[in-house]
Amino acid sequence: MALWKNGAFVDDAWREIAEGEDPPPAGHVILPLDWWEQERDAFEGSNAPLGLRVAPGVPIERFARDINRFALIELVFPKFGDGRAFSMARLLRERHGFRGELRATGDVLIDQIQMMARCGFDTFQISDATTERLLRERGAPAYKRFYQPGATPEAPVDSRPWARRPG
Amino acid sequence: MYRYDEFDAAFVADRVSAFRDQVSRRLSGDMTEEQFRPHRLMNGLYLQLHAYMLRVAVPYGTLNARQMHKLAHIARVYDKGFGHFTTRQNIQYNWPALSDVPAILDELASVEMHAIQTSGNCIRNVTADHFAGAAADEIEDPRPYAEILRQWSSIHPEFTFLPRKFKIAVNGADWDRAAIQVHDIGYQIVRNEAGEVGFAVYVGGGLGRTPMIARKLRDFLPKADLLAYTQAIVRVYNLEGRRDNKYKARIKILVHEKGVDPMREAVEAEFAAASREFISLPASEIARIKSYFAPPALQARAACDAYEARRQTDPRFAAFAANNVHPHRVAGHGVVTISLKPIGGVPGDATAAQMDAVADLAARYGHDEIRVSHEQNLVLPHVALDDLPAIYDELAANGLATANAGLISDIIACPGLDYCALATARSIPIAQRISERFGEGERARDIGELKIKISGCINACGHHHVGHIGILGLERKGVETYQITLGGSGDETCSLGTLTGPGFSSEEVVDAIERIVNVYMSVRTDRSEDFLAAYRRVGMQPFKEALYETSKGADI
Repeated sequence: MALWKNGAFVDDAWREIAEGEDPPPAGHVILPLDWWEQERDAFEGSNAPLGLRVAPGVPIERFARDINRFALIELVFPKFGDGRAFSMARLLRERHGFRGELRATGDVLIDQIQMMARCGFDTFQISDATTERLLRERGAPAYKRFYQPGATPEAPVDSRPWARRPG
Repeated sequence: MYRYDEFDAAFVADRVSAFRDQVSRRLSGDMTEEQFRPHRLMNGLYLQLHAYMLRVAVPYGTLNARQMHKLAHIARVYDKGFGHFTTRQNIQYNWPALSDVPAILDELASVEMHAIQTSGNCIRNVTADHFAGAAADEIEDPRPYAEILRQWSSIHPEFTFLPRKFKIAVNGADWDRAAIQVHDIGYQIVRNEAGEVGFAVYVGGGLGRTPMIARKLRDFLPKADLLAYTQAIVRVYNLEGRRDNKYKARIKILVHEKGVDPMREAVEAEFAAASREFISLPASEIARIKSYFAPPALQARAACDAYEARRQTDPRFAAFAANNVHPHRVAGHGVVTISLKPIGGVPGDATAAQMDAVADLAARYGHDEIRVSHEQNLVLPHVALDDLPAIYDELAANGLATANAGLISDIIACPGLDYCALATARSIPIAQRISERFGEGERARDIGELKIKISGCINACGHHHVGHIGILGLERKGVETYQITLGGSGDETCSLGTLTGPGFSSEEVVDAIERIVNVYMSVRTDRSEDFLAAYRRVGMQPFKEALYETSKGADI
């Protein structure tokens, strides 16, 4: 498992909380949504940085009021072909104004990384060995022409309101 | 037609070069077939029964002569000398070598074509009326909107891993020739009471194992909101569509299970909440895209002497003119259907020489335009009737003058067990035998308009549910058996066919079709009542009786 961010592998300051474990006072743990919903009162008044792990298919409305409590939200791709988290990421960024770290985890493959980034993800937990090797060798694909606006910094291209280049 | 600018050309070139790299990784063993699969599917490359199959996108079925020549060239150099035009207005090559595919994609890119998103769970080639821009009954040409949708949906970062494939069709005429009500989204161009042109929006149609007719979400959507509304529909689908069972993953199942009213509420809520900032369509931009599709400047012609003279003297030509030429909006012109259904042939197949011949005709007589129809024929949309004799002779010389457009031998058939890994029965040989039985002559013309559609498995690629007569090939205890449905239609009166009863063997099925046709001929009021109208009037019973002889003697 390695964490890809801004074109490089970086140390991961976060860890998933284990079953039955108490969250450390210093924070930097990622809590499953169910866990958070049961224990949220315990964090009243705490400034510890917290992360939230959300499974695909969970409506964002379920935790929308707590979004600003989290420094990190982790969305899961159970298989690369399960694309629900792409839409969830866009909604979190564009509709709910989430500005913390948005992390992709699960079946995160090299050819999806740029698409994930364009939907608002900024860190990628890589478990696929080939993806990790290719990222180390050549980095993530960096296409430079898009037919839709994305969440990464981009510039309009011409009179087409939908066309974009990296900006 | 739309022309790539630098941006479009570079977009395709980038994707081809990425795929070239992926193919080389696969060929060197650096990637397993499983890892390669999503890449090849993103580029239209399927692994079929005998070989790879490459599906090339023909956006909304529009081609120019140069592109058609290139398709011929690819057939000749990289395939076995032919290609197969599909029900989604695309072309498939059945025998490319994997190592050649990047070169084929380069060839395609050189004529502004590609194979992107012709497979996979993404938004597929956007289809449109094959008579667009030419037919007399059109409110507006649907293709500029199909082109805008094509661009916006290309490698969409949010919508490339949907629960299942997603098909959008746009129709601009009163007569729905694009079968929009059996698409995931159907956009029908309409004029509202204020005289503004926009879209009626249909969602959740589809064939396959669970055929459904689309439900209307909106009576009128302003043009400016085309992308925003499409985004709302696809986003609701991406988040809520089923992913537990691929056979229940299309949007039709979501609409069915959720209910059309809750679906409409969810789409409208998403549409209202999303920012329009970047995907609202300015009128200036719509006008700019439309200018690419400006119709050729045709002069109305009152008299068509050459055409009339030939029609009077040559009955075969007259039959061709009657069946294969549709009224053009400019007098003295016609929309010519080139049938890819020669009697006894393979529906949709064209040889390289035939493709070249059609390209030459388009360049010489047809204002450089060719269409692929979802009925697996080709179309020259802008032809002066006085040029029709020369066109006809050239078509005849190339085996392309079959005068059966819309007739009983103009059959849609999927590739079936002869090519397809999913098929449970053969479909092409059934089509061939029906076509041989009825031909293109006097009898077929007397029968009149009759759409037969044949699928070789329940996935329904031959669209049998919307055939006036539908045939579904199944396998029962190792034997092919063919079920028949009646009364389906893909047009604006969209309906799904009804099963006649037990299926027929391969030997029996053509006789069964003939019995159905004989019943129609005996019950129709006159020639103006076509098969579908007669069926809708008299119902299933007389056909059932003739097929299964259940009431023999009972009524006497």
